[in-house]
Amino acid sequence: MLRDITIGQYFPGESIIHRLDPRFKIVITLIYIVMLFTGSTPLCLCIGALYTFIAIALSRVPLKLFWKSVRPLLPFLVITAVINILIVRSGDVIWSWKFLKITEDGVNISAYMIVRISLLVMGTSILTYTTSPVTLTDAIERLLSPLKKLHFPVHELAMMMTIALRFIPTLIEETDKIISAQKARGAEIDTGSFIARAKSLISVLVPLFVSAFRRADELATAMECRCYHGGAGRTRLRQMKSAPRDYIALLITAGFLAAVIYLK
Amino acid sequence: MKNIIEIENLHFSYPAEEDTEPAEVLKGIDLSIGEGELVAILGHNGSGKSTLAKHINAILLPTEGKVTVNGIDTADEEKLFELRQCAGMVFQNPDNQIVSSIVEEDVAFALENLGVPYEEMRRRVDDALKAVGMYEYRLHSPAQLSGGQKQRIAIAGIIAMQPKCIILDEPTAMLDPQGRREVLATVQRMNREQGVTIVLITHYMDEAAQCGRVVVIDKGSLAMDGTPREVFSQVERIKALGLDVPQAAELAYELRKAGCDIPEGILTEEECAEALLALINN
Repeated sequence: MLRDITIGQYFPGESIIHRLDPRFKIVITLIYIVMLFTGSTPLCLCIGALYTFIAIALSRVPLKLFWKSVRPLLPFLVITAVINILIVRSGDVIWSWKFLKITEDGVNISAYMIVRISLLVMGTSILTYTTSPVTLTDAIERLLSPLKKLHFPVHELAMMMTIALRFIPTLIEETDKIISAQKARGAEIDTGSFIARAKSLISVLVPLFVSAFRRADELATAMECRCYHGGAGRTRLRQMKSAPRDYIALLITAGFLAAVIYLK
Repeated sequence: MKNIIEIENLHFSYPAEEDTEPAEVLKGIDLSIGEGELVAILGHNGSGKSTLAKHINAILLPTEGKVTVNGIDTADEEKLFELRQCAGMVFQNPDNQIVSSIVEEDVAFALENLGVPYEEMRRRVDDALKAVGMYEYRLHSPAQLSGGQKQRIAIAGIIAMQPKCIILDEPTAMLDPQGRREVLATVQRMNREQGVTIVLITHYMDEAAQCGRVVVIDKGSLAMDGTPREVFSQVERIKALGLDVPQAAELAYELRKAGCDIPEGILTEEECAEALLALINN
């Protein structure tokens, strides 16, 4: 059952969005977020939505995957919308009952928020659907590399991410094995009350941690054997070269942002 | 033949912990390994064979004595990277030595650390992957590979450094028979075709029988040293050290003991079969 967990949501493909330089994709995503939160008129949100759907169409990632990424947020969105509607008291009153009052502003703000957050989740999902986690980590390392001058451990963080990603499948497999082994010894892991189940998890977590530490120790030795000595003087097998299309994508996004700011 | 690994009077003790005496694991080992040799190191659990291996590329340093590899003293910290590039090490569990989630990037790891320029790195990574027969898998994730394939990736990661010598610490202990064959064949090919010196630590006697030289370690000292035929013909001595001989050698030994007319020095199944056939035909 644990084997089904997919980490990261990478959807392999060859679309133009997949082939964009991941560093540009991150920057473009940041501009996109600014764009969504700058505009406060319906027109601005429509521009944002237009941009999002063009990008989704270009990425050739099935639309239902985006729905999947928004769906878990729905209860949260509904609750915040209700709170917003009830709390905002400015603007024309549409409906009131005793101390409850619904105003036009309240409805507007709630509607904007729902659209904005949905677009935000869909837009940032394009980044994670079209970029593998390893590439993403690498791109973040390169984008943050100026911070190295301030002694911020950029390389170390990226290395930790890389190793974490590498070990997730290994540790999932191991968890599966431990669960089976404990069940074979009579542990009741998926039955009983919530507290009983939480307690029985200890019998899974303790061996898992012990094994993870042993693995970490062996991996450290193996890395030393391969001359690992931190980020200084490293070269890279993965080359990131920006192509004209990356600059064009950046320009188009900046154009959308400018339009939103102009129409604000 | 030039010696690539020289071990002189090597002593090693793990430092004393609370209420324990310092444990002396290696008690004065002298061993020279020539360039291009394929040496198996045998010994039962706790004999110190892994500890010995870890001295060859300075993961452990001698408490007493000296280890030199290709003229570099392992205690010389200034030349540590040069030493580790010259003597690469492969460990037992392939899962715990692969760093990246993409095969080719893992193979490139050592080269990235050494600051090798891109073009050369690309070529060496591709060559290493081809050498272990895993080139088609270069963009796969190690999680999708079998144990034998993962171990070959780990070997490729070492080969990419172009070492003169590779030390393998029980590389097949966690593999299925198919994976063991793949890994052993890869190692033998590296030795034969590229002249890489191989030190293979193992507890499989049939693997040792396929090497050019067998060294037996017992309780931290050198117990036997010779060709597989020399070592495995001393069946009683081997058994006294808590080890086995290859099955074919064992069968021949038992038959001879029972009074059959079987020649000494039988090592492989083919030799054993021939001897048995000759016996039946007589």
